[in-house]
Amino acid sequence: MRCGDFKENYIKDEEIFQSLFVKFWLGLFLAFLLIFPFIANPYALYVSNMIGFAVIAAVGLNLLTGFTGQISLGHAAFAGVGGYTAAVLITRFDFSFWLALPCAGVVAALAGLVIGIPSLRVKGLYLCIATLAAQFIFEFIFIHWESITHGVRGINVPPPRIGSFLLNTEKRFYFLTLFMVILAVGYARNLVRTRVGRAFVAIRDRDLAAEIIGINLFRYKLTSFAISSFYAGVAGALWVSFIRIVTPEHFPFHLSIQYLAMVIVGGLGSVLGSVFGAIFMTLVPEILNVLSGALVESFKLSSQVFIPLKEVVFGSLIVVFLIFEPLGLAEIWRRVKAFFLLWPFSY
Amino acid sequence: MKDHKEQEAYQLEVRDVHLSFGGLKALNGVSTGVKRGEIFSIIGPNGAGKTCLLNCINRFYRPEKGRIMFEGRDISRLKVHKIAALGVARTFQNVELFGHMTVLDNIRLGGHVHLKSGSIAGGIYFGKARNEEMAFRRHIEERIIDLLEIEQIRKKTVHTLPYGLQKRVELARALAMKPKILLLDEPATGMNLEETEDMARFILDINEEWGVTIVLIEHDMGVVMDISDRVCVLDFGQKIAEGKPREIRHNEQVIKAYLGEEDLAYSRLGA
Ligand SMILES: Nc1ncnc2c1ncn2[C@@H]1O[C@H](COP(=O)(O)OP(=O)(O)OP(=O)(O)O)[C@@H](O)[C@H]1O
Ligand SMILES: [Mg+2]
Repeated sequence: MRCGDFKENYIKDEEIFQSLFVKFWLGLFLAFLLIFPFIANPYALYVSNMIGFAVIAAVGLNLLTGFTGQISLGHAAFAGVGGYTAAVLITRFDFSFWLALPCAGVVAALAGLVIGIPSLRVKGLYLCIATLAAQFIFEFIFIHWESITHGVRGINVPPPRIGSFLLNTEKRFYFLTLFMVILAVGYARNLVRTRVGRAFVAIRDRDLAAEIIGINLFRYKLTSFAISSFYAGVAGALWVSFIRIVTPEHFPFHLSIQYLAMVIVGGLGSVLGSVFGAIFMTLVPEILNVLSGALVESFKLSSQVFIPLKEVVFGSLIVVFLIFEPLGLAEIWRRVKAFFLLWPFSY
Repeated sequence: MKDHKEQEAYQLEVRDVHLSFGGLKALNGVSTGVKRGEIFSIIGPNGAGKTCLLNCINRFYRPEKGRIMFEGRDISRLKVHKIAALGVARTFQNVELFGHMTVLDNIRLGGHVHLKSGSIAGGIYFGKARNEEMAFRRHIEERIIDLLEIEQIRKKTVHTLPYGLQKRVELARALAMKPKILLLDEPATGMNLEETEDMARFILDINEEWGVTIVLIEHDMGVVMDISDRVCVLDFGQKIAEGKPREIRHNEQVIKAYLGEEDLAYSRLGA
């Protein structure tokens, strides 16, 4: 009986996917994701990969900002640290990609730890500024530490390989990205329903009350910074291996804002929400691109006026959306699910 | 010799604690002790310094002078979260819950110091973290939720609940900390007669069944006189009396402290 939420059995209650119904749809969705690369064109696969990197980074940022309540304006910089770490380890030290990837995460996590230290003393806007400073410091380092980063010219990165099999096409890389996304989302989803994740949320909601139940604020804030930066680092390393080059231009302040927007549009404090947010923020501009291109073509409109207009449309979409659903895409999803959960008795 | 004996007798001991805000002496040399397993009440008029004393014990406030000993150990320099880990749990006069979480999640948070799984085990979930979560959930369901009779609201968001129930949830969260000693700041305030009786019963149950020492601040003299083993009276930051409920009820100084108005004082003290 699929009617509301009446479970006597709390073992069942602890599961994420609570019914066969949900498991069925999830299975179907996974099957689709696996078939997708065989039916999609390279452009769609390129976008899918980009969505994948965005999902990983956004889920990471959500752990920090959405769950722990520490706003960061430097997330792109940590992705950059990961990207450069992977690039340098692979090209200079002959690391295999598979070893460089976790290393990129770890180095980014260490950077996150350092940047997270002020979070014990400063909160809110002040912490915002501290992370903003981190963004610009790292950008500066990427540009000016020429001996390591090759400045604005950047570093060429070889594609990952398994034996002699190169992951050098969108399609081949897609499977790696998909695997990493599943790992990243699964880990986050589990983390937030166990002790550490609960401590994060407690700190966000009421740090005084968190302390009296024995949560070490400093330790968990730093943990959150480290995990979140680890995610960014991994996303960065995947991304540069996909596009096969890393330059400072790939990790601008603008990208940090975009990550933050993904988390907010998707829904703060919802892992699934950041997945939606990342898809939305990556996909919608691409769709608008295609649409505006087509419109300019068919109506012989001036592309000078029309192409920039898509930025305006995109911005307005976000604003309108946040006005009508401040809790983000996750909340819309919850309502849709609730509708079907009670269906056909929902009214 | 006497000193040594006292140290043994008290589980929690406060020695000559001073605390002031600007010119106001909130605590002026308070010394007292709580014995293992007893229900120890602190009473006194509004602004007497009762809450301040609890705040000093779990380190929200740092006393200017004096020591606080728990199980023979000086805890007056420890961090707030360390005190919790030692087994000192606490509820607040104005409920300090996580309003946007469910009742169950609030109670789960109480188990923080006893659960072991960290970022890695938690993220993997299956195995260690899962077993631990399940065992803990069972403990919550069978021991805590059952005891406090909150089965009906476990999935409700805390801020939607009436005040009386929130106080009960806060008590549940404190119990999830498996405390050795429980500091309760006016647990029955804002409750009707029936709810107050329930609360008194819960406190007795916790004390008897779980063997938890209770330190209780309460204005409802009926409850205090009924369930306390010993009572300590504060007035203007000083201890003016301490003893068995029946001794306190007839203490001249206590009666005077209570508003000065004798009739009212007699009725409030139930003498
Ligand atoms: N953070 C603070 N800053 C300034 N003064 C304070 C602070 N906390 C408490 N006080 C003052 O210390 C005195 C004792 O306060 P406390 O809260 O301990 O009283 P109480 O005995 O708990 O009273 P009540 O029964 O009203 O809760 C009061 O005069 C109060 O105004
Ligand atoms: Mg008080």
